[in-house]
Amino acid sequence: MKEQASRRRILRMGAVLSGGMLATKDAALAEGQLGTPLGPYGERSTYEKAVRWRRDTKTPETGSSFTPLADSVGTLTPSSLHYERHHAGIPNIDPAAHRLVIHGMVERPLSLSVAEIKRLPSVTRTLVLECGGNSGAEWAAQTAPDVQRSFGLVSCSEWTGVPLALLLAEAGARPGATWVIAEGADACRMERSIPMAKAMENILVAYGQNGEALRPAQGYPLRLIIPGWEGNTNVKWLHSLKVADQAYMARDETSKYTDLMPDGKARIFTYQMEAKSVITFPSGGQKLPGQGLYELTGLAWSGRGRIERVEITTDGGKIWVKADLQEPRLPIAFTRFRLPWRFDGREAVIASRAVDESGYVQPTREELIAVRGVNSNFHFNGSKKWRVRADGTVTNVEV
Amino acid sequence: MWRFSIALALAAAALAQSPKYGVGRAATPEEIRGVGAIIAPDGTGLPEGSGTVAAGREVFAANCVRCHGEKGVGDIGPQLVGGQGTLATAKPVKTVGSYWPYATTLWDYINRAMPFDKPGTLKPAEVYAAAAYILNLNGIIEAGQVMDAKSLPKVKMPNRDGFVSDPRPDVGRPDAGKKTAR
Repeated sequence: MKEQASRRRILRMGAVLSGGMLATKDAALAEGQLGTPLGPYGERSTYEKAVRWRRDTKTPETGSSFTPLADSVGTLTPSSLHYERHHAGIPNIDPAAHRLVIHGMVERPLSLSVAEIKRLPSVTRTLVLECGGNSGAEWAAQTAPDVQRSFGLVSCSEWTGVPLALLLAEAGARPGATWVIAEGADACRMERSIPMAKAMENILVAYGQNGEALRPAQGYPLRLIIPGWEGNTNVKWLHSLKVADQAYMARDETSKYTDLMPDGKARIFTYQMEAKSVITFPSGGQKLPGQGLYELTGLAWSGRGRIERVEITTDGGKIWVKADLQEPRLPIAFTRFRLPWRFDGREAVIASRAVDESGYVQPTREELIAVRGVNSNFHFNGSKKWRVRADGTVTNVEV
Repeated sequence: MWRFSIALALAAAALAQSPKYGVGRAATPEEIRGVGAIIAPDGTGLPEGSGTVAAGREVFAANCVRCHGEKGVGDIGPQLVGGQGTLATAKPVKTVGSYWPYATTLWDYINRAMPFDKPGTLKPAEVYAAAAYILNLNGIIEAGQVMDAKSLPKVKMPNRDGFVSDPRPDVGRPDAGKKTAR
């Protein structure tokens, strides 16, 4: 009896702490009523509504869904809100029946079960994953009103798996082997060519994400995780690695994910994602309730390594101020930045720019376009401007 | 760092030596065939069989036209034909004919991913035929040409030399940024 009373007191305290009157209306906290029973797999609060946004496509099995960046806190993306890009639907694979076959120019063609791969020495890394086409609509200024729909094809997770280099050593790549052709077990057997040098450097054959198995939409039971490279190369539902002496010029590395320049030539194998940042608060579609102090915040990342500095402008780019960075700053991972800012009711154009450890400075949209034109579609990493209007509403300056 | 331990592991696993961990088993020829055809630009991986432009017209009508439109002009699916000469203009039209550098990619992609709602169901001869028809619609091969494992890799696509390697960092203090990822 005594225990129950003190439990109720704690619940009441919680109600006060979490917002007073509203919370006390909750059925679970009404006098004489218990909360819900314990459950086997967690759900978020029914009051939380952030979801991915899916761009309409004529075929529901293809397309992409965007992470709600404006609702994100900290530096990790929940697996349930990780962005998605699929080409032929999400397969439902029984891990007991799934095998990874390593073949081609190897001494010992290998077939590995998922359980066998899990017996090998594992590596865990927190890494950002960004679609090569993220914010691609910014090139032609046909972008979306908010940060989710304009910049949301990027997420950050903790990934666990086995180094690809270890598996290739087990199979014994033959002299002259310079490429690895990775293929997924989805309906269209998505395929990409990976240079051997990168395969030996730091690629993971991953089976874990954020402390549990990969989600089906993220490649369950096995996928490639390629630090710093465009999402499309991180082949999901991995079932085949063919070691070869040439790139295979797959559809997704020739017809797609190549960058058309103004002279009609296209850049191919533009794998690396360059330094990028975006302010998530305040950002398009939001409204500041009034004048006063706010904390500007956002996310920065670079495919080349660690974020060294993020600068923020609140006057359209004339003055840039150094933002505070959340430690630890991990290489090729989301870095959260913050800056206190007093909104005085005058219209302001705000933006961020990231500098990575290589010294690379995130360019403006105009600087990118001056070199690459507006038809390259992929690998846009320009600084993003939001307009805070006098009434506190925030819009995308490009819309 | 784990990279260094892998480098050591690799150094230890010289080619002729036995594998360090010995996990997994030898892949069987059936398993390797089972993952499906993977086609290189030099034709490596192309199976036996052949297809004509005329046969391709039938395959296209039965499987492709409902998404790609009559003569590949595009509908729900992308435009497959035309656009040559537009890549350096303000409105580039990227199609198989104007943009794709290798005809082998066409065979590989049709074989693995098409038709969209039934990928992997076309027989090799049908894939050769569909590829022949699309190449002919683009004016790349003559109506009488037959596509097979020998002839397809020899097809010179109009945009074969249209691709350049990655020069980045090209913007954003290009003198920096050469450092590799970790």
